[in-house]
Amino acid sequence: MSGVDIAGVGIHPFGRFEDRTITDMGVHAVRAALTEAGLDRGGFQAAFCATAYGGVASGHKVLSRLGMTGMPIVDVEAGCASGGAALMLGAGAIRAGAYDTVLVFGVEKMPKGMIRSSFFEPWQEESGLAATPAYFALRAQRLMQDSGVTKDHLAGVVVKNRRHGVHNPDAMFRSEVDAAAVLGSRLVCEPLHLWMLCSPNEGAAAVVLRRAGTDASARHPGGPVHLDAAVLRSHLPGSVLNESTPMSGLVDEAVPAPSTLAATAAYAEAGIGPEDLDVVECQDTDAARELLTYEELGLCAPGGAAALFDHGATALGGRIPVNPSGGLLSKGEPLGASALGQVVTLVHQLRGDAGHNQVEGARVALAHTVGRGANASVVVLTR
Amino acid sequence: MDGTGVAVAVREGLFTDSDPPRLLGSRCTSCGCHHFPRHDTCPYCAADGTTPVELSDTGTLWSWTTVTTAPPGYGGDVPYGFGVVELPEGLRVVSRLTEADPSLLSAGQPMALVVVPVGVDDDGHRVVTYAFAPQAEHGGPVGGSVGS
Repeated sequence: MSGVDIAGVGIHPFGRFEDRTITDMGVHAVRAALTEAGLDRGGFQAAFCATAYGGVASGHKVLSRLGMTGMPIVDVEAGCASGGAALMLGAGAIRAGAYDTVLVFGVEKMPKGMIRSSFFEPWQEESGLAATPAYFALRAQRLMQDSGVTKDHLAGVVVKNRRHGVHNPDAMFRSEVDAAAVLGSRLVCEPLHLWMLCSPNEGAAAVVLRRAGTDASARHPGGPVHLDAAVLRSHLPGSVLNESTPMSGLVDEAVPAPSTLAATAAYAEAGIGPEDLDVVECQDTDAARELLTYEELGLCAPGGAAALFDHGATALGGRIPVNPSGGLLSKGEPLGASALGQVVTLVHQLRGDAGHNQVEGARVALAHTVGRGANASVVVLTR
Repeated sequence: MDGTGVAVAVREGLFTDSDPPRLLGSRCTSCGCHHFPRHDTCPYCAADGTTPVELSDTGTLWSWTTVTTAPPGYGGDVPYGFGVVELPEGLRVVSRLTEADPSLLSAGQPMALVVVPVGVDDDGHRVVTYAFAPQAEHGGPVGGSVGS
């Protein structure tokens, strides 16, 4: 996809904020993105707001506070990929010629504890089958069977991402941890310990999209960041462990994962392959999810996740750094904001102003989210 | 778990009340794929014709974990096993497991269907759901029986 640039980005830190409403956080992020883009009232013709738990008219409440309404405001829910879905809609509308400038933002204030999802039916809850982390654990167990991944690898992913997160001012957890401490944290669902799971939390992020070639799209030194692909895909039936959380599936290993569907389409749209990527932010809902994502995005061959990790390729300084922001394991996961938070951090990577977490010379970046639905989004950014 | 003699299923149409119980699935009359729970429309080929079937009560373990904290909406005991069992029909079914110790479970292990209590309803009846139990050498489930 050509023709769409990132004109401005803004973020409200991810964490727990007792004294701020979801609307407060949205206002903070949107104001920052509009300021960067040099926009005021009337500067955008449509807005898409991503949220999963925000409730009715979350986007309207944010823009009402800023006195910026009148244009279409659409709330978008696609689970963990809500922000990617909103980005796809905004970019598509610009490409279709409907608008020149679109505001895309995400807001979330998650309930605490194990997420209760209306996705499950009463009999599933009553049977003890609505145990969301257990589904992550079943996937982790299969990865250990199929890809030579061990619990030490799972702990290693947490150590890596928490080390990256130390330098991210917008992250919830900013201290390093060692593998022994990760493996010593409470066992939630074998093989997953508490620190191997990201924390649902709160936050907001915003991105201004603009048709490429307009004067203002090149405000930043070094030129604009281009949105080369913003793809959303759902699951194909068959895989019992895909994020659609079916009660059964087929004995068929060949069903492509929703993340693979999204990545394949995004690579085609952007005219690149996984070998062209300089930096990746991916869905590390749990430590195994990051390793599985290496395979689903084609960063390595199927079965190659453990070896890729062992070679240090995905740490800062490696061949293809993954989650230099610290990932969701450091930032926590505010569902509606998480995908756009990845875009914000990658825009900084491409501008070269990511500070201690900078991947030197980054020119091609990929953001990936996947979650309930199933919904998977892949975004490709270049400069 | 307390409750009087009669056991009621957590939902009608999921499994039989026979001994051993059988999961109630369907088979697509067009592509032949099996489903659980039952579907009127095949989720694999979108055909409308399906045939109700009782699925095999035995299979092999494909993935497993342990639930240590009661998930939302669940009032039964913890910990409990949780896994995926492959049935001979070419179906992988998500299920509770009667074995909560992951060190006693392994890929390919033979499993057999049982029912387990998950609570008591407003009339004082035991509420049961389906689960798979590791299968003993002689073929029956280990440490579990219908309505146990």
